[in-house]
Amino acid sequence: MVQQIEILLVEDSAEDTEMTVHALKRNNLANRLLVLKDGAAALDFLFGEGEYLGRNIKDVPKVILLDLKMPKVGGVEVLREIKGDERTQNIPVVMLTSSKEDPDILTCYDLGVNGYVVKPLDFDLFHKAIAELGLYWLIVNQPSQ
Amino acid sequence: MTWEIEILLVEDNAHDAEMTIRALRKNNLANKLLHVKNGAEALDFLFAEGIYTDRHMENIPKIILLDLKMPKVNGIEVLQRIKGDERTKKIPVVVLTSSKEDPDIQTCYDLGVNGYVVKPVEFEEFHKAISELGLFWLIVNQPPV
Repeated sequence: MVQQIEILLVEDSAEDTEMTVHALKRNNLANRLLVLKDGAAALDFLFGEGEYLGRNIKDVPKVILLDLKMPKVGGVEVLREIKGDERTQNIPVVMLTSSKEDPDILTCYDLGVNGYVVKPLDFDLFHKAIAELGLYWLIVNQPSQ
Repeated sequence: MTWEIEILLVEDNAHDAEMTIRALRKNNLANKLLHVKNGAEALDFLFAEGIYTDRHMENIPKIILLDLKMPKVNGIEVLQRIKGDERTKKIPVVVLTSSKEDPDIQTCYDLGVNGYVVKPVEFEEFHKAISELGLFWLIVNQPPV
């Protein structure tokens, strides 16, 4: 059984996951972090299906960090499912993407994304961005329950 | 008139407005800030009405910081108008409020608020919260432009 999760990180790139977790850990923000590698697993977790059958889906994370480009179910599809369902629509979702030019940005805001972050290529900037993201969403922001 | 504003601060409490602006300024984030004191003026600005008829509506702020308790048009109504209009719904809105127990939190998330921040009572904590909020929304987050 999964303990209560504060951050759900949905990311298929092992390198980006490692850097993200590292930055969160450095700020003591990664104690209750769950990393899932694709959108299908994220939806199973959030809706208590598949491997997560029976999970109390009222235990929602404080924030979902959602990579845009993933195999199986992509980030936009996962976002659509989350924001289209009353049980999950109020969970803050922040998209993580590699490209600033991505046309998906407007789609994501239309679907009701809470934030949209372009992952910096430079290591130090990446670290700083994730740290600031973590401080805001885990400490400053008040989630819906 | 272009009115290229990065932050629209909607706050009727002079003390809170001053502390908010000071914290943002300390982080060099307040160069393009417009402070309006009630919801009616915020809506006039966003929809280019009243004294803002010459403004180009497509120049959207990176973030709207919205106090909940205000005279004339309150924060919930302003949020409802913003998130209910195709022209403004993508603009990130963070609600600032004084009470954690507020039942409004659910309403705000239901209406599609991007973030919800309870203003700390203590000065240092307030300063820190606004700084972290500013760093995330003005530097890390990518607005829908």
